[in-house]
Amino acid sequence: MSMGAAQLSTSADSSGSPGRAPQAAAATLFAYVLSLADDALVLGHRLSEWSGRGPTLEEDIALSNLALDLIGQARLCYAYAGEIEGRGRDEDALAYLRDEHAYRNLLLLEQPNGDFAMTMTRHLLYAAFLDPYFKALSASADNRLAEIGAKAAKEMAYHLRHAAEWVIRLGDGTEESHARVAAALDEVWMYTGEMFEMDAGESALSAQGIAVDRSSIRPTWEATLARVLAEATLARPTDRWMQRGGRAGQHSEHLGRLLAEMQVLHRAHPGASW
Amino acid sequence: MSETLMPLWEVFIRNRSGMPHKHCGSVHAADATMALQAARDVYTRRGESVSIWVIPSSAITASDPGDKDHLFEPTASKPYRHPTFYTVPDEVGHM
Repeated sequence: MSMGAAQLSTSADSSGSPGRAPQAAAATLFAYVLSLADDALVLGHRLSEWSGRGPTLEEDIALSNLALDLIGQARLCYAYAGEIEGRGRDEDALAYLRDEHAYRNLLLLEQPNGDFAMTMTRHLLYAAFLDPYFKALSASADNRLAEIGAKAAKEMAYHLRHAAEWVIRLGDGTEESHARVAAALDEVWMYTGEMFEMDAGESALSAQGIAVDRSSIRPTWEATLARVLAEATLARPTDRWMQRGGRAGQHSEHLGRLLAEMQVLHRAHPGASW
Repeated sequence: MSETLMPLWEVFIRNRSGMPHKHCGSVHAADATMALQAARDVYTRRGESVSIWVIPSSAITASDPGDKDHLFEPTASKPYRHPTFYTVPDEVGHM
């Protein structure tokens, strides 16, 4: 068990409910870390679907690099989540042996890749959030999360740069590339609101300095998007009704298919390695 | 791939501070910024670099292979130009 979880238990102990409180706190921390892991794995898997299909050899490798960064972040989070839970589930068990409704990822990240403009637009919207989010997480009161945040922030800074440069060129490119990236932005905008939502558990962790207050990231996110979209000659979509439910396990039809493909090998050959 | 929209860039990587940038390959990219990113993604995946240069391939002036007789062959008979008659102290490091 990490120092961070130990700190958490201590602070929960002092709140006056000995015995049950640490368990509740551990469950809350587990759910939070699991949601970070699911976000990273689902988007990482989505990007890995581009392997061998990238628009150019250079971009094919770039997309695989981005996918591997995310899968690496997912592994760190799953391993930590498994330790917090303390029931012997390792990263493989958490990634491959949970069904759709147990996945807590954001709906944005399970959306299909679509064309290249869609993939880059989705990535820009998320990286513009995750880069400052992980920077903030690197100051977490939980040492393990702080370490994960510090490592992932460097990776996400490049993700943001890569996606932003592409969106700028697609938006300020040809008539067709502009139309495609504008359509993509319009299509996925309704999934961006969920990035800033926190349930009671995450809010409690945020109050303890363990999780990051998601609403505190919004000004940075808005500023980044304003800069990139202006250069891309794209208009920021107006806010409207936002899709939600990913954190509660209510997913779009796309996640089930993604998991089926991702999990089939492990489920057919448990523990297979090569 | 269109050479006009996505021209070729030569990539030079510096592996460690103090060492020269070395040519390691080329990438196709729309402009210098994207060429730098492509070079990073393609040639620095195993953590072997501290600096990247990209240069438009079209900016390189190359010698004509047909000129090799008068450009390079005359040096073959001048072994005294090789600095093999000196002992380089270890402290000098890379020369």
